[in-house]
Amino acid sequence: MSPRSREDVQVGVVVFPGSCDDHDAYHALAHVLGVRARFVWHKEESLEGLDAVMLPGGFSYGDYLRCGAMAKFSPVMKAVRRFAEAGGYVLGTCNGFQILCESGLLPGALIRNRSLRFLCEPRQALRVERSDTPWTSRTEKGRVLRIPIKHGEGCYYADPATLEALQAKGQILLRYSTPDGRVSEDANPNGSLLHIAGIMNPRGNVFGLMPHPEHAVEPGLGGEDGRRILDALIDTLLAAPARPTPGRAPQAASPSAPR
Amino acid sequence: MKARVIVMPREGVLDPQGKAIQNALHSLGYDAVRDLRAGKCFEIDLADMPRAKAEALLHEMSEKLLANPVIESWKITLEEE
Repeated sequence: MSPRSREDVQVGVVVFPGSCDDHDAYHALAHVLGVRARFVWHKEESLEGLDAVMLPGGFSYGDYLRCGAMAKFSPVMKAVRRFAEAGGYVLGTCNGFQILCESGLLPGALIRNRSLRFLCEPRQALRVERSDTPWTSRTEKGRVLRIPIKHGEGCYYADPATLEALQAKGQILLRYSTPDGRVSEDANPNGSLLHIAGIMNPRGNVFGLMPHPEHAVEPGLGGEDGRRILDALIDTLLAAPARPTPGRAPQAASPSAPR
Repeated sequence: MKARVIVMPREGVLDPQGKAIQNALHSLGYDAVRDLRAGKCFEIDLADMPRAKAEALLHEMSEKLLANPVIESWKITLEEE
């Protein structure tokens, strides 16, 4: 059965040793957005009953070797891969984005910021590149969202062929920009190629971004622009025909999913 | 047998760490430094096995975990006892 109301939507928040935004993600989902949230320990091997999974920010496994390099071999990531392949929605923020790239669920890699400095910008401007996706349907193309960033390794890198494919397939959803929506080197905080702040897979069910939508869901605490992304996901889940079950044939794309 | 895997950022991949170290050396007066890239070195004590098998195993480990092939390349050296 697909969820009928927000209280029926179940989102898993994966907890790796060293995750630190897991509780913020849980708070945003359960206490602000009104869906059911469940922590999923990194040793769990099943995501049964979940409508979506979030990989939170932090420093999984101490960021040893490379950010996300150890996390990709954790038992839960095998389940996340199966979940994504069955059409389940997977959101990775910050360290979660790094883990998605290390795991190959998204292309490219996130390397040390060009400045070598850890960035902490509570109101980073991000330009929305398209709105006809499961993640951005509550905003418009060209609109600027203000969402916090805080990372040391957020410089998106991919080889030229991959960058070309990302553009051709419309996989870039967010770019770093000026507050009035101009994309320029000066407005690029970490040196990301093509100013990339967030990308999805071609199918549209896996989205990774360095900014933290879960930190921007309440007006008194840095604004509500993060809700546009999380609410869009919840809309998508409410419209989805059925809960993805690993092993079953992939479900058809929801009406809002890109071609 | 002792093995060493050296992982380096691929040609063309930004290496801000290497650049910062190079700049630091310049500011210490080592003007002879023309270029510098920073990588990682892994010293591995491996069970005895034929050389070809050890090399294959080390390449596999590098591709899977020690390096991220998207951004890094690696070199393997084996030392005989």
